[in-house]
Amino acid sequence: MSQRGAALLALIVCAAVGCRSDDPASTLARIRARGVLTYGADLQGGEPYLYEDPKDPSHLLGFEVDIMDALARRLGVRAQMKQYAWSNLVPSLQRGDFDIVMNGLEATADRAQQITLSTPYFVYAETLAVRRGAPYHTLADLAGKRVGTLNQTVAHDLLRAQPVEPVLYEGNEEPYADLVQQRTEAVLLDNIIAQRYGCIPSKPDVVCLGGEVALGTYVIGIRKTDPELAKAIDDAIAAMRADGELERILRKANLWDARQTGPLPEVGQDTGVRARSFDLEQVKLFAAGAGYTLLISLLAFLLAVPIGMLLALARVYGDPLTRGAARVYVELFRGTPVLLQLYVLYYGLAPWWSMGPVTAAILGLGLNYGAYEAEVYRGALLAMPRGQTEAAKALGLGPWQTLWYVLVPQAMRLALPPMTNDFVSLLKDSSLVSVITVIELTKRMTIAAVDLRGWLVPGLACALLYLALSVPLSEFARRLERRLARDQRPHAL
Amino acid sequence: MISVRTLCKAHGARAVLTNVSAEVAKGETIAIVGPSGGGKSTLLRCLNALDTFDTGEVVIAGVTLQPRTGGAGETLRALRTRVGMVFQQFHLFPHLTVQANITLAPRVVRHVVPAVATRRAHELLDRVGLADRWDAYPHELSGGQQQRVAIARALAQDPEVLLFDEPTSALDPEMRGEVMAVIRDLAAGGMTMLVVTHEMQLATEIATRVWVIDRGGIAEDGPPAQVVDAPKSQVAKDYFGRLRT
Repeated sequence: MSQRGAALLALIVCAAVGCRSDDPASTLARIRARGVLTYGADLQGGEPYLYEDPKDPSHLLGFEVDIMDALARRLGVRAQMKQYAWSNLVPSLQRGDFDIVMNGLEATADRAQQITLSTPYFVYAETLAVRRGAPYHTLADLAGKRVGTLNQTVAHDLLRAQPVEPVLYEGNEEPYADLVQQRTEAVLLDNIIAQRYGCIPSKPDVVCLGGEVALGTYVIGIRKTDPELAKAIDDAIAAMRADGELERILRKANLWDARQTGPLPEVGQDTGVRARSFDLEQVKLFAAGAGYTLLISLLAFLLAVPIGMLLALARVYGDPLTRGAARVYVELFRGTPVLLQLYVLYYGLAPWWSMGPVTAAILGLGLNYGAYEAEVYRGALLAMPRGQTEAAKALGLGPWQTLWYVLVPQAMRLALPPMTNDFVSLLKDSSLVSVITVIELTKRMTIAAVDLRGWLVPGLACALLYLALSVPLSEFARRLERRLARDQRPHAL
Repeated sequence: MISVRTLCKAHGARAVLTNVSAEVAKGETIAIVGPSGGGKSTLLRCLNALDTFDTGEVVIAGVTLQPRTGGAGETLRALRTRVGMVFQQFHLFPHLTVQANITLAPRVVRHVVPAVATRRAHELLDRVGLADRWDAYPHELSGGQQQRVAIARALAQDPEVLLFDEPTSALDPEMRGEVMAVIRDLAAGGMTMLVVTHEMQLATEIATRVWVIDRGGIAEDGPPAQVVDAPKSQVAKDYFGRLRT
């Protein structure tokens, strides 16, 4: 059977059972056979890397798109982007979801152990941005201060090696927005990001400091099992460098600078900050994460209960206007994602009300869960027998006294099981607050999973801690229920 | 003590009370009887403004009730501390102990100090024969015991008038006696009471007067010897005839 025939067969097998890198034919052969080179990237990285054409969102723009198109052309195929969350690109490559990673992937010793790194296509400089007039000139000046960066980057590792408090973001815009809001004192990111999102005319308060904190390179990631493909890509990049196509692409994106022709910096060395085993240090970090999860959940629930109670009273006993307002609140907070609410609260309101991430987390989850509690209490109030109200009235109790002494205590014990439900649910939903830079339990787990290159141990630790929080709580609720609902024992069927 | 003048009430086109007028003197016990759906309970509930009437006037324990609303919040509060009510289904507060059921209203409505309210609660429990159950929860009591607690709860507000809405109808026959005994005791003590009932014993032995209510009006009004033993109206004859068979 010819090589072409084998590749074709592999393709058919692939289509039937799904492809893995250990299929008989090499990845390069399969790429050539199907005529498509797939690369994993994250659109959230945005301009200038890779972004949707505003005029035609199905069309991608960016210097990495141009490089990929040129590279694929040189391999005789075309390039196709696969959207993945940036921090999952390497594990997804290893799983075989796409052929290569191409998305501002920095060359590090750590990554070189997991995957093959191509020759660099870009040299970047880590750039420190601060507020205008701030007394910081180098990283060393920022001891003990909050410094923003992106999760799983070299900049993050650099910060972890310093006595600063790293604040992690998922997008390019947010770190600088928080710098302006004085939620952080500095941002450390690649010069590309700093110059496009940080020190720009629309952010006059942000300045990029001149000194280069560190140089690094962007490379393409290839599975270790694909040396043939790695060689083909290295050759293509070398050819693009030699015939000036790489320079043309980088100039077009206004990214060409002296660094590109200087000596290539060494592959970033292991800074020793990444955890290598689940040691005592990790246990402490996980405990701190669980502490944030518990603190935020408890305070958010303490906020949600009175909000829910007021909304429920408004909906059951209010005049039409109050009823309508309460209903709008419930529909608004229940009908939109809590993630969106957290974004709006933390980033959207920042120009007018710049609250800290933990405050925003508690407020956001509290306001959201208030809407759910409202419906629980409303149901419980509606389930109160009419006779209870009449008996209270006949004894001379006013409307508020009837509520406070007779209806609410009885409604609360009806509401207790669904409330416990909601609290356990809130405990887990609190993981969403990592989008506003709070490192709670789940975020801690994802960081550890990348550091330790495995999900099993951090995942188990995370699950055990969640259970350690929720099980005693349900037990407490069960006892409380038994104490309060003496006359509500189940009847035999 | 109670004066009802030309009371009318309708649910849409259906008349519930038609031109009811009546007087009750202090210390009287009125047994209100008659066929179901005749308006007995509605009349009783209009007297403490749990139901409202359309036209007419009610003056009860010195409080004048207005059509439609009953009256302002203050009026209603004054009314209800002077007029107690006992329900067919007891309606004790299930989350409170017997003692707390009894002391709640005196404490929060009349601001009686807790020690005094508690002492009074124990007196009343003793009076209804449940002195040993002050710490029990309603679900731990029998129906008859619950109804006796409900009577003690109403008495704790020191009312001038007590309204009973079929107080024994939800009880097994053997428990009716204990509740009847309490009502008999209250009547002997001079409490002014209106009792909606199907209990012949109450109508014949305890009541000072019997009202037969039918189709929203008082068909007969007189002492038991006259109304029960020698009814003049057809509805009263039919009603008592049915009860005796």
